[in-house]
Amino acid sequence: MSKIVRTVASQLMAFVLVFGLYVIMHGHVTPGGGFQGGAIIASGVVMLIVAFGSGQIKKFLRERRLSMVESSGALLFILVAFAGIGTVFFYNFLVGSRIFGGIPPTGSNPGDVWTGGVIPLMNLAVGLKVTAGLSAAVLALALFSSGEEMEE
Amino acid sequence: MRQIFAWLFLIVLMVFLVIGGFEMMHPFGEPPSTMDQYIIDNAQEEAGSNNVVGAVVFDYRGFDTLGEATVLFAAVMGVLFVLRASEKKEET
Repeated sequence: MSKIVRTVASQLMAFVLVFGLYVIMHGHVTPGGGFQGGAIIASGVVMLIVAFGSGQIKKFLRERRLSMVESSGALLFILVAFAGIGTVFFYNFLVGSRIFGGIPPTGSNPGDVWTGGVIPLMNLAVGLKVTAGLSAAVLALALFSSGEEMEE
Repeated sequence: MRQIFAWLFLIVLMVFLVIGGFEMMHPFGEPPSTMDQYIIDNAQEEAGSNNVVGAVVFDYRGFDTLGEATVLFAAVMGVLFVLRASEKKEET
């Protein structure tokens, strides 16, 4: 693409990252969550692929790193789920504790990020997983359609 | 003759099934369980989450989300497995 498109896309990527991270980390306060925020960041990666071409992007996003981030997200999700196994699988053991332990009043309220127990941690894990997974899949498809291959 | 009996049997069976299905349906506006009202009332206190949908997805029905994540993992692994860089080119 032209230089204007490349410049605007690279400047816009910072805002896409900030917005995606906001949607992920506010998943327990506002609508959204890990899946949605990860999809937002992955769509930013798609914008970069369209602007710069998949041959440029594959130097930065390698298959091994993306797979590592995705698997670590899945592992964090399962570890947080197993951490509450003293009571039951997927027990929200952090409510009332010091980490994300605030309890909001019942009914409408402005909300606080420091609430939710394990839900913010799970949102973060799922966000990592969806970001890396969708980016890897889209990049592999784009490289395949242009006749190249993903770098290890 | 046997074909006619078979069709009659099939029709009677279908009528019974349809009538039974309609009989078992809950009237509109009366859900079969009270779980939804319980979650609406208690999600903020029990899960500490203002977003009740998030509380359902990651706390009450967390096992469902685990399956969802597994589906995404399998899909990405399939794409990368088919389209990955081949280890060595076949020499012909």
